[in-house]
Amino acid sequence: MAESNVMLSVKDLEVYYGSIHAIKKISFDVREGEIVTLIGANGAGKTTTLHAISGLVKARSGEISFCGSNLRAMEAHKIIRLGLAQVPEGRRIFASMTVQENLEMGAYIRSDRDKVLEDYERVFERLPRLKERRRQIAGTLSGGEQQMLAIGRALMSNPKMLLLDEPSMGLSPLLVNEIFSIIRDVNNSGVTVLLVEQNAKRALELADRAYVLETGSVSMSGLASDLAADEKVRAAYLGAG
Amino acid sequence: MVEFLTQIINGLSQGSIFALVALGYSMVYGITQLINFAHGDIIMVGAYATYVMLILAGTPLWAAILAAVLFCAIVGVVIEQVAYQRLLNKNAPRISLLITAIGVSMLLQNLFQIIFKSDAKSVSNVLPSFPIPVGPLEISSVTLITIATSVVIMVLLQLLVKKTRIGKAMRATSEDAGAAKLMGISSRNTIAFTFAVGSGLAAVGAVLYVGAYPSITPYMGSLLGLKAFVAAVLGGIGSIPGAMIGGLLIGLAESLTKAAGWSQITDAVVFGILILVLLLKPTGLLGRNVKEKV
Repeated sequence: MAESNVMLSVKDLEVYYGSIHAIKKISFDVREGEIVTLIGANGAGKTTTLHAISGLVKARSGEISFCGSNLRAMEAHKIIRLGLAQVPEGRRIFASMTVQENLEMGAYIRSDRDKVLEDYERVFERLPRLKERRRQIAGTLSGGEQQMLAIGRALMSNPKMLLLDEPSMGLSPLLVNEIFSIIRDVNNSGVTVLLVEQNAKRALELADRAYVLETGSVSMSGLASDLAADEKVRAAYLGAG
Repeated sequence: MVEFLTQIINGLSQGSIFALVALGYSMVYGITQLINFAHGDIIMVGAYATYVMLILAGTPLWAAILAAVLFCAIVGVVIEQVAYQRLLNKNAPRISLLITAIGVSMLLQNLFQIIFKSDAKSVSNVLPSFPIPVGPLEISSVTLITIATSVVIMVLLQLLVKKTRIGKAMRATSEDAGAAKLMGISSRNTIAFTFAVGSGLAAVGAVLYVGAYPSITPYMGSLLGLKAFVAAVLGGIGSIPGAMIGGLLIGLAESLTKAAGWSQITDAVVFGILILVLLLKPTGLLGRNVKEKV
């Protein structure tokens, strides 16, 4: 695929927490229209990598570029204006605000009011359960609904690319199905997706390509279908011998 | 009975001043987890601003109030930018912030002592004063103006926080600053705005306070500020309705203690309430019970 297609590129990224070397020279890229997944065990550095991209933690060295902009030089709150939205780990919805207000916060950067109103309807169409609960305090939603709200909130910024951090965490298999089909649907509507998941099986089923993270480094990468069939990956992440 | 009702109304009046000041403590704490001990001294700054405009410059009252509010808002933001911002950005330990806040408080007190000397300045008749009959009671106009002004301002503040874009950004930042950044909300702007609003409210509190007690000194803010801080803790620091309720309760506690003939121990009663709250319900009446983020 042509180099110009690359939307997000991470090169030799290094992140330290104090003296702990959390991310050791990770490189990967995500091309326009793809679903790429980063899989790996707890503590492999998946969330840290996403936080480095969105500016919530500062990288020690390396390059992160999104649509030609250098994200490392950018403050966290400006990154979403480039069209890069994040659904953070643990959802992190604004629990004391209503569903509607959470979505408004998702559209905080936008001034095109008419389009924003249309996007509410689009989000509600995609996530009908949110529409029923529009006026409800977000903290009273169930886990699955909160995850939908976190996704809806990110979509309200009208992003080119969505970063999702462990969207299946704590959800029943049925709800995981629902969330993953929402992600598929969002991707089909033209939004590129970078998905971080511990649930490697489901992530590899959904994604086009995948990177396996082990203790802060990329240990394997390739087409998701190839990795899903790989002996080592199956043994380590898919619970098969 | 008449005496008792009069004391209740006096307590509400005094309490609404505490509430206006407590709001500043609480809003700033909600967003930064900083207890801004210099906030009490903003009342003093507001009182001197009123004095300069009204007595020295001879402007009308509305201009003096406007000037005091604007000046305090600016001072609040300057303090935040100069003293706190870097510490907040670098995630400095809270004790560093607390010590810095006490330092700012001392700086303000001493600065105003140098400029205005330490003797009390008299600012009489800031607010029109005459008795108003309310049923069997005679209430001072100053008392009623104080209560009415505070009610109006608290309603406006609720509208600001609930309905406006910046108000919602404040709530989002106060709940989860990291998630708010992901939405594109700049913590820096939100924090500065919060300091401006909190300090402006303290300036209104200052005008009302001077209306009731027309004598100002460079140290007038410390005890008043501490009591407002107790009010914020009582209501649940970080909670806006909590600060309002806490302020009114502290005002009532003070005036009822006085009514009972124990004027000498009103301060002890207020700080006794602080100790009780910290022992029995440290999150305060309406405080959120949030786990410390690691």
